[in-house]
Amino acid sequence: MNAARQNPLNTYAAHGALILYTLIALFPVFVIIINSFKTRKAIFREPLALPNADSFSLIGYETVLKQGDFFLYFQNSMIVTVGSLFLILLFGAMAAFALAEYRFKGNTLMGLYLALGIMIPIRIGTVAILEMMVQTGLVNTLWALILVYTAQGLPLAVFILSEFMRQVSDDLKNAGRIDGLSEYRIFFQLVLPLVRPAMATVAVFNMIPIWNDLWFPLILAPAEEVKTLTLGSQVFIGQFVTDWNAVLSALSLAILPVMALYVIFSRQLIRGITSGAVK
Amino acid sequence: MTALTLTNVCKSFGPVEVLKDINLTVEDGEFVVFVGPSGCGKSTLLRVIAGLEDATSGTVNIGGDVVNTVPPAKRGIAMVFQSYALYPHLSVRDNMALGLKQEKQPKSVIEERVSKAVQMLDLGAYVDRRPSDLSGGQRQRVAIGRAIVREPKLFLFDEPLSNLDAALRMNTRIEIAELHRTLSASMIYVTHDQTEAMTLADKIVVLRDGHVEQVGSPMELYNNPANRFVAGFLGSPAMNFLKKAPLDMPQNGTLGIRPEHLRLVQGGRIKGRVTHVERLGGDTNLLVATDQQEAMTVRLFGQDATAVGEEIELDFDNTSAFAFDAQDQRVSP
Repeated sequence: MNAARQNPLNTYAAHGALILYTLIALFPVFVIIINSFKTRKAIFREPLALPNADSFSLIGYETVLKQGDFFLYFQNSMIVTVGSLFLILLFGAMAAFALAEYRFKGNTLMGLYLALGIMIPIRIGTVAILEMMVQTGLVNTLWALILVYTAQGLPLAVFILSEFMRQVSDDLKNAGRIDGLSEYRIFFQLVLPLVRPAMATVAVFNMIPIWNDLWFPLILAPAEEVKTLTLGSQVFIGQFVTDWNAVLSALSLAILPVMALYVIFSRQLIRGITSGAVK
Repeated sequence: MTALTLTNVCKSFGPVEVLKDINLTVEDGEFVVFVGPSGCGKSTLLRVIAGLEDATSGTVNIGGDVVNTVPPAKRGIAMVFQSYALYPHLSVRDNMALGLKQEKQPKSVIEERVSKAVQMLDLGAYVDRRPSDLSGGQRQRVAIGRAIVREPKLFLFDEPLSNLDAALRMNTRIEIAELHRTLSASMIYVTHDQTEAMTLADKIVVLRDGHVEQVGSPMELYNNPANRFVAGFLGSPAMNFLKKAPLDMPQNGTLGIRPEHLRLVQGGRIKGRVTHVERLGGDTNLLVATDQQEAMTVRLFGQDATAVGEEIELDFDNTSAFAFDAQDQRVSP
């Protein structure tokens, strides 16, 4: 920031607003995490107190790790999320490159068609999707989820990435062509690294809804061996009794991997490696 | 041998004709500059030669082979781009070597050619750096180096100096001229800057609206422009055009006089008032409004005391004036 234009009052106000927002956003997460380390009684007596020697308990985590195949759910969620993200980014980027780079008849129409999916929620088609999955025998497989999430994520990915790919310098791609690089190498080695921040954005946008989704796992893959984490955590929420220790522990554990992925992607968001490529 | 022959090359994007029937020959070792205002098709023509765009019709012949259907990498050309277009993830050395690696040249050849180019362009201290760690001038030299190592039949430069600042631009211009002398390679250079065109070219091709206006050596075009466009485009300050000329002119014709051919003379044929003076030290430029309400520029060599608002009289040699007819074509005196 320009020091000459820096008004200390504005700076404090901006920081104040941001800190306030951070506190509000982090508060529920904080409450979940501290309560996951407390005994059941302590959770209800003083929900906002930090765990102390009396109230500290790992009973929730023990329940989670013992009951239900928690690691399996975890693994399923991870496979579905990472698999879908990979396919979304790969196919999204390829489609975006074609739309941005090649002049062909119906280019605009194709772009609009691909973007249409942003406006139509995929859940409208749930019944048809279920029928299709039944017919192809994909029900109760992780592939069913990966395919659905890929379809769900592609429209926005194509839309965002094609916009970014148009900004990649034509000269750079042409330099590659003159040096004899194939279109695939131009795509993978020159263009993709330059749109990495956009890829990270798309990944983050898609990752969290996929990780948290309960709808499609419940409908397409409810079987024990393909349950995702969100679906698996539901066993602790009963109609009459809810095992809060277990629920809170499961949620705390569920936050970790998605946070790790977010940290990886956000580093890409911040890092601009484009400097020096052109101009 | 001819390095490049273009025969009836046309290019259109949909209904828009960008290049119309271009015929051109570049001799071996010749430095040819395409010059013209922006949007005249000069960059498109270069891209057609490079193979980055396909010609709609006509043939492109490089070094004796018709290359219309040959991909850019196999045309025996190398190109330097305005934005440098260096590969950001590769070091300077690898940037230069990539094209040769793609050609499957043996390692020793790559090594030798790269080190030769590095030495020629004085890049020794930077070979292991990434492009982002280099200044604009250094990046442009790397881009030129990447072209040199290919040892192409034809070099293509697409406005290589327009991203550099003025001082660096002049240095790099001289370097390119020296490079041309050392390599004695055929080069095609696209620019909108007439100074670059005049100083570098063996042959200038002036383009307008997708067709060739005139081809010739810089001095030919300066002394003998075929039409008003070429006359006005080359030379700085630009040529003065007078509709109401103090000479016998063709119907609706125009008289063209270069600013440097005008003199301050008592009782001269053109009378006017000075509206602005630019003092450059070596030269003085007077902007004059004539009594016929036409604007003109006068270039006086050395320093001159004429002030704004002064009434002056100007004259010129009839032999150094150009006459253009109503269609802006040159009329021989």
